[in-house]
Amino acid sequence: MSHDHDHDNELDPFAARVRALETILTEKGLIDPAAIDVIVDTYETKIGPRNGARVVAKAWADAGFAAWLKRDATAAIESLSYAGRQGEHMQAVFNSEETHNLVVCTLCSCYPWSVLGLPPVWYKAPPYRSRAVIDPRGVLEEFGLALPGTTKIRVWDSTAELRYLVVPMRPGGTEGWSEERLADLVSRDAMIGTALAREPA
Amino acid sequence: MNGPHDLGGQMGFGPIAPEKDEPYFHAAWERRALGVTLTAGAMGAWSLDESRHARESLHPADYYSSSYYQIWIKALETLLKRHGFVSDRDLAAGKAVDPAATPKRVLKAENVPAVLAKGGPCDRPVSTPARFSAGGRVRTKNFHPTGHTRLPRYARGKRGIVEAVRDGFVFPDSNAHGKGENPQWVYTVVFEGAEIWGEGADPTLTVSIDAWESYLEPA
Repeated sequence: MSHDHDHDNELDPFAARVRALETILTEKGLIDPAAIDVIVDTYETKIGPRNGARVVAKAWADAGFAAWLKRDATAAIESLSYAGRQGEHMQAVFNSEETHNLVVCTLCSCYPWSVLGLPPVWYKAPPYRSRAVIDPRGVLEEFGLALPGTTKIRVWDSTAELRYLVVPMRPGGTEGWSEERLADLVSRDAMIGTALAREPA
Repeated sequence: MNGPHDLGGQMGFGPIAPEKDEPYFHAAWERRALGVTLTAGAMGAWSLDESRHARESLHPADYYSSSYYQIWIKALETLLKRHGFVSDRDLAAGKAVDPAATPKRVLKAENVPAVLAKGGPCDRPVSTPARFSAGGRVRTKNFHPTGHTRLPRYARGKRGIVEAVRDGFVFPDSNAHGKGENPQWVYTVVFEGAEIWGEGADPTLTVSIDAWESYLEPA
């Protein structure tokens, strides 16, 4: 699992640095390399934005669940078994015709891992972190999203231990859809706020 | 600290360049970097606050020229040395040379699912009532501590409205330095774009932060 990527090679000094650190800690009995394999497998194959998409789809399909999600997102999400690391204290923020929500962590890389998995590189990098709070419309345009000039934009800077999940608006033409089918319309970016839900094909 | 990490409103970093169908990892070593960081953290020697402070304490030139997993690993080396688990001689040799401090625990593979599912909740009881309530007007303090803080520079000395009273949470400004959890109430405070950015601000913009009680004064 750990040596199957062709961008890596033994000559990369940072790869060597990480390998040395893992070796030292393993030799000292401080870490279990097999635990690393399980962690990587968890975040590469088990915990990802499909979790969040199911939360959003359920909120679209079930008004009672949506109300619970708005009131106590941690408990509502836990009821779907998506609790865990970096999802201990959740808040769901709902887009409306009036307001579009956008989530950022200007100070580091805080992100709701339990529902979205590991964050993309751009979310952790200076361009997004610096600009989301001062020029959100410019940021959204880089994602191909041009909002009406009258739409209010609310940026949530994740400066504490609350983790934010954006619930995009449900697209029209999806009446009666199953939650599984609805979840296919919900991208990772839609739950950060850099996209809308996909329109049905 | 006014470190390189405090990025809100800075300029000059260029386009965001989202990558289509981005993989979770861009090199095999990033997988190991994630795992080493989490398993080393699981020894229980330092808090998430201390690790955040180690990352933001990188020299700005180093911080800005490093990828996020590189930042993690550089900070992890600092933490491991600070807490006696790894020495400069170990790192120079690329293998264990010196003895290590005894960890509180070692995370074994079979325990990973339960540990990840449990997470690390940071809410704590606070013995005093919340000083502010939803709808209240507040002003963030203007301070420039040399240690860890979670009040971003762009939001210091600004007037806002308390939108929600959250729970009591571990206070990172002390916890990052091993000075105790000292939990405080946390509030979601929302600011008008113009209050923060002044002339030319997007009139449709509001920005919120989650602020510990001692960051705030009545306004």
